[in-house]
Amino acid sequence: MIVSMRKVWKRGDFFIWLAGVGLALSLIMVAGLLLTIFVNAATFFWPADLLKISLKSGDTVLGIQTGREAIPDPENPEAEQKYRLQIKRGNRDITGADFIWIDEEDIARIEKAEDALIVERREWGDFFGTLSEVREEGRGAAGLRVLLEKLEPAHEIHSAIERLTRKDIGAINYKMEKNRLAVRSTKDEKALARLSGERDDLDRRYKELETRLQALRNKQVGEAVFLTSDGKEVTIPLSKIIHVYEPNALGMAGRVGFFIRKVVEFVAEDPRESNTEGGVFPAIFGTVMMVMIMSLLVTPLGVLAAFYLREYARQGTMVSIVRIAVNNLAGVPSIVFGVFGVGFFIYFIGGSIDELFYSEKLPAPTFGTGGILWASLTMALLTVPVVIVSTEEGLASVSGGLREASLALGATKFETTWRVVLPAVMPSILTGLILAMARAAGEVAPLMITGVVKLAPALPVDGLFPFVHLERKFMHLGFHIYDVGFQSPNVDAARPMVFTTTLLLIVLVIVLNLTAIWLRNRLKKNLSASGV
Amino acid sequence: MSKIQLENEKKIKIPGMKFDKPAPHPDKAEENLTPMVDIDRVSFFYEQAQALKNISMSISKNKVTAFIGPSGCGKSTLLRCLNRLNDLVEGARMEGAIRIGDQDIYRDISDVSVLRKRVGMVFQKFNPFPKTIFENAAYGPLLHGLKDKKELASIVEKSLRATALWDEVKDRLNDSALRLSGGQQQRLCIARAVAVEPEVLLMDEPCSALDPLATARIEELMVNLKEKYTIVVVTHNMQQAARISDYTGFLLLGELIEFGPTEELFTRPADSRTEDYITGRFG
Repeated sequence: MIVSMRKVWKRGDFFIWLAGVGLALSLIMVAGLLLTIFVNAATFFWPADLLKISLKSGDTVLGIQTGREAIPDPENPEAEQKYRLQIKRGNRDITGADFIWIDEEDIARIEKAEDALIVERREWGDFFGTLSEVREEGRGAAGLRVLLEKLEPAHEIHSAIERLTRKDIGAINYKMEKNRLAVRSTKDEKALARLSGERDDLDRRYKELETRLQALRNKQVGEAVFLTSDGKEVTIPLSKIIHVYEPNALGMAGRVGFFIRKVVEFVAEDPRESNTEGGVFPAIFGTVMMVMIMSLLVTPLGVLAAFYLREYARQGTMVSIVRIAVNNLAGVPSIVFGVFGVGFFIYFIGGSIDELFYSEKLPAPTFGTGGILWASLTMALLTVPVVIVSTEEGLASVSGGLREASLALGATKFETTWRVVLPAVMPSILTGLILAMARAAGEVAPLMITGVVKLAPALPVDGLFPFVHLERKFMHLGFHIYDVGFQSPNVDAARPMVFTTTLLLIVLVIVLNLTAIWLRNRLKKNLSASGV
Repeated sequence: MSKIQLENEKKIKIPGMKFDKPAPHPDKAEENLTPMVDIDRVSFFYEQAQALKNISMSISKNKVTAFIGPSGCGKSTLLRCLNRLNDLVEGARMEGAIRIGDQDIYRDISDVSVLRKRVGMVFQKFNPFPKTIFENAAYGPLLHGLKDKKELASIVEKSLRATALWDEVKDRLNDSALRLSGGQQQRLCIARAVAVEPEVLLMDEPCSALDPLATARIEELMVNLKEKYTIVVVTHNMQQAARISDYTGFLLLGELIEFGPTEELFTRPADSRTEDYITGRFG
């Protein structure tokens, strides 16, 4: 027996077994995490049944079940375990709280609510109830079909107003601000006269737009009258309604359509109701743009540093110390980089830029406050060790024979580096970049103090000259998760957003990585013998 | 070409290192030898260690000259002195002079890239760049400022033809060079060196990483190439030196023990150490 155990030990069965267990454990944890996020996120987009809950007290509640939990009862450990349901009943404007807990004991009956509607509103969250009538200029009509017909032109007017305020009036405001600053910075009489002419012109155009806006607003006259489950009448202007549907009447196709509409809304639209509803498009945009700018900054920086360290610096104690320092930099808490970013980039560099180029706007800062450029620079600093280390490893693996072959053909050291070594280490550089991008996309702490906000008024890229506004603050998916999950006034309403945003961030990181891996493999194809 | 092949085959059959009977050197009587590279009392030091001791020899134009000797005898060091590749070694120092034509390569030529354009090199471990076949062959000419695409293509073709590679790769010039076989890669390296039209071609054990068939092709190539270039080859393989070289130098512990026409050195070595080495008593 002892002999055979020894044999088993010698053969390494035990070790292989242990390694297998380790791998399985890690896989289970990762898969479990991903599955939790995926299930929670996906069910959010799937339409749930609207229930009519009759209580023993005689009241009825219309709502969607969102959870069920045991009621803790530490006083009587012997007693039978009781449960309660979490119900989303909507109608926040009337009831005050849109999520309530009901003990199962108190419930007399639960059934699917007939012809009940869910109304998605621009304000106050969902409304649950039944339709009474649709009113327009005094005339009333009944029926869901009438409502849906009237909703379409109302949506058109709404988006026309949005376009007008966001794009046209936004542009005028932007030009007025520029004009104001120009007036402040000049003393030249002629220029002042020209600027005041411009100003009058802008004023006139602004007035015009305002009248057009008013005309559009005057057209928004329709209203719909709904009844709550306890018979209260609620009037909602058509312009405030996004979507109306009967959840219990939806067939499979209807449900899938609803799901797709929700996903598209989530990915493509702006957030509403302090980020608990609507979409996360600005956060996606901000995250991707920040990662892109960071990549543009970190790649040359890291690659040049690695080349100097490995190719040109005299290998010795000094270089070893630098190398150790670079590796340790990767272990510095990210918030420290954030603090450095605030102190050095924002206050020192940004402040100097403001004094030199944007002095007419002071004391309001332009670059002297958090913005996407500074956040990207801070991130570049945070991820530069990754790029340096992986480039250095690549350089170390480029054989001396290649360099000698190039030198023996009469190339200088620089020509050899540029024409032979750099192309050969390209895959390693990209590997470093992939790691850096994954890290930057998921990092939140340094961003919170260098330019991320919970709601940015405008994207960093728009149609107004100079089109890319690197000084602007931006939204970020990672911060969005934190904000929605922990800073939201309505935690229950926000919870699904946490899961969906997390899923989106994970998908985004995967997509960024896959793109970079695909690019690296394409490069490697030329460089490797196998060519696969 | 077939004649050379026949000769090679005949020589390969010869057992051991000795020729059956001493034959008169074919070149000796009829040819006027032009010296190409003149090595004049060269000593070489790595830090304190002396790698070459006062070596003098004259390498003739359009001949294959082989350096043989046991590992660490300094034959590669001597070869690398000829294109100043040793310049890169920190703490290395050379005494004496090496002249190519009438120029002292250490004193008259300040720009090593000018020298290396005249003295090409092929290495032991074949090292094509991780680029396409075309880019490999075109590397040297591009480096030296050739921009004309047509001319570049013709140079690439010419050098690939010179190394008998053209027919094998002409349809896949844009494939990665690393996808070629070992022997093809080494011939591509030779083509790459030949593309800049050097006067001297240095080869540092060009066949030691190749199988016998590939070796035979490279040897055949060397014999063909000597019509245009002066070839200096370092080899571990004495049979190879006997097969391909016109002149052989035997180095031992940094000293040039014996230098002369290959047949003479292999059949009637003047020094007993040479004889011991070529008959396999050491090395």
